[in-house]
Amino acid sequence: MSTRVTLAFVRRILEQFRRDPRTIALILAVPCMLEFLLQQLFGRDSRVFQQVGAPLLGLFPFIAMFLITSITMLRERTSGTLERLMTMPLHKVDVLAGYAIAFAVAAVAQAALVSALAFGLLGLNVAGPTWVVVVLAVANAVLGTTLGLFVSAFAQTEFQAVQFMPAIVFPQILLCGLFVAQSEMATWLRVISYALPLTYAYDALARTAANTFDARFALDVVVIAACTVLFVVLGAATLRRRTD
Amino acid sequence: MSDAAIRVQSLRVVRGGTPVLPGLDCEVPAGSVTGLLGPSGSGKSTLMRAVVGVQQVAAGSVEVLGLPAGSAPLRSRVGYMTQSPSVYGDLTVRENLEFFAAVLGEPRDDVMHVLAVVDLEEFADRVVNRLSGGQRNRVSLAAALLGRPELLVLDEPTVGLDPLLRRDLWALFHRLADGGATLLVSSHVMDEANRCDVLLLLRDGHLVAQATPDELRASTGTQDLDAAFLRLVEEQR
Repeated sequence: MSTRVTLAFVRRILEQFRRDPRTIALILAVPCMLEFLLQQLFGRDSRVFQQVGAPLLGLFPFIAMFLITSITMLRERTSGTLERLMTMPLHKVDVLAGYAIAFAVAAVAQAALVSALAFGLLGLNVAGPTWVVVVLAVANAVLGTTLGLFVSAFAQTEFQAVQFMPAIVFPQILLCGLFVAQSEMATWLRVISYALPLTYAYDALARTAANTFDARFALDVVVIAACTVLFVVLGAATLRRRTD
Repeated sequence: MSDAAIRVQSLRVVRGGTPVLPGLDCEVPAGSVTGLLGPSGSGKSTLMRAVVGVQQVAAGSVEVLGLPAGSAPLRSRVGYMTQSPSVYGDLTVRENLEFFAAVLGEPRDDVMHVLAVVDLEEFADRVVNRLSGGQRNRVSLAAALLGRPELLVLDEPTVGLDPLLRRDLWALFHRLADGGATLLVSSHVMDEANRCDVLLLLRDGHLVAQATPDELRASTGTQDLDAAFLRLVEEQR
């Protein structure tokens, strides 16, 4: 593993962002707009906004970074740049770490802005510390990035990669406990729910909002970290030097 | 030219169930500009991918600079240019080259050096997507030249370039070879064959001939390399 190569990737990806101001604007503005809509729809002091606002804020970076990463990596695979890189002296881990760090930086900006808006202007209140919400949001972004890197191997076109969002992310959002508490789900749905990483990401955010830092919160954090490592390992397995 | 920079033995590559290279033997002399010629679909790119170690190989061996192709110590000694320009279209020329230079661990001066070599200095701060196809190709070539590799594997580097630029690039290839580098350059344009030291003629994954342009003309009794290629293919039927 080489920090030089990792930093080269971080710099390059951030430069690609900088050359694409519209994407930056979308990454920053869309979560703010959705959080605002949620507040307007249900009302500032409504139970729904106060309960869902914080978890939603922490899940945006997961969704956004998953999608952007999978497209960026797919482009890397189809444009031949990955093939060129694979003839150069680098380790796969350098590539994955570079991606994860670059998208984490983008997530910090995204989470910080939407937090400032939600906790500042929109009147969102959480019982726990707001910085934990931001930290979890960034951790979720890294989780989304590593998952995106992994699944990009299974897309041949950008159309397919975009469809991975409803295919892989939406079921996790539906089953994570946001819409229906796990205790009220049919058993088979609950079993699936426990097998999905976003369930733990949501639960950690909900527990932060309620200021209940118990053993389950610790488990949530461990599962998020373990899934990130798992997706890095799986992603590394899909980065092959030799292809057909 | 007894020393071979590339030694290919019984190389068999199967892609999508069909053998692209059924069992290829050839050699690329060290310090030469070797042209890999043949019609599109003859297996040129596949052979080049095998040489740089990114092609899955079914059987046989490829030895590069005395080491198995694709082995770790070769990764800083071999420069590779893919057929389509493998650079980031949304970055500037300089940002692209600085990225690849950083990955290779080469100093930034090297970026200015390769930019001068491919004559793109005035476009250094232009976003690659705004360049013409030929200019984009040269950015890709510049990236392959980073770190002054001992072996350059260039897949159709002169496609889409005007004749003047093409002539300059072939002059560059010979300068690099004079400096001790070995170049394997593919082309499907026969008139470029004249500019090579050695030719590998490929057709349907088979080596039709390995010879110098002069030897090829002498053995087929024709002045025209296109006609020589035709005659060789007819003879083998």
